[in-house]
Amino acid sequence: MNAASDAIGRVSDPVTYAVGREKIREYANAVGETNPLHTDLEAARAAGHADLVAPPMFVVVYTSPAIGPAFFDPAVGMDFARMVHGAQDFAWGPLVIAGDEITTEVEVADISERGGMGFYVFESRSDNGSGERVCTGTWTCIVRGGES
Amino acid sequence: MEAGEQLPELKVTPDRYLTVRYAGASGDFNPIHVDEEFARSVGLPGRILHGLWTMAQVARAQTEAAGGPGSLKRLSVQFRGMGVPEQEVVVTSKVREVSGDVALVDAEARQGDTRIVRRGEAEVRLS
Repeated sequence: MNAASDAIGRVSDPVTYAVGREKIREYANAVGETNPLHTDLEAARAAGHADLVAPPMFVVVYTSPAIGPAFFDPAVGMDFARMVHGAQDFAWGPLVIAGDEITTEVEVADISERGGMGFYVFESRSDNGSGERVCTGTWTCIVRGGES
Repeated sequence: MEAGEQLPELKVTPDRYLTVRYAGASGDFNPIHVDEEFARSVGLPGRILHGLWTMAQVARAQTEAAGGPGSLKRLSVQFRGMGVPEQEVVVTSKVREVSGDVALVDAEARQGDTRIVRRGEAEVRLS
């Protein structure tokens, strides 16, 4: 175990993700969404949206290009072979709609060791093109201690 | 919604290839989710479900009960146990308290006796 607490406070370069209509459909189908706002353009427009509405958990898609590099940052040094996703928190703002461009930055919020395990906490902050915060995510990864 | 109310259970059985479709949809291609041989080589029973897919089922239980994607304001979960394909996932949700137009809901996801999402806590805006 070698939790790199020096990395706390590091903020990744922001990454912008363009939300596509078919990506929302693909994601909605993979998680079994039944609400037509996610798959039926006419239903979404009839409800007053410009295009298909992303399900809240679509956050994992638009944050992916930012969260991946943060997890793999050598300065953070997580041992992926021993890592599990321990906990997750998302707080949502305005809905994300196909056509939106979402910009995400990721901060290393905390790194600590307890009971021989390393706890790595990342905060993702995602804003739409109008500068509204569409989602704040708190990602907690747990790295089990080795025998060494 | 009122305090103590049980929301409708959500039941879903991920098929054999769900983890592959979810990997494509989400971009999470960790081999423990898509490669049977690899998963076994690291001591798992086989390919396991993505925790975030299971969390999406917990989210869906809330948005379906509350009336749409805009109703879910916050969701917090802990991942425990391991979910596997081809076994039914059951999400249970119970309203803890209602304050103004926001309900606080406790939720968890189980497969058989295994809790794969525990201590789920959702803030749901009532319309």
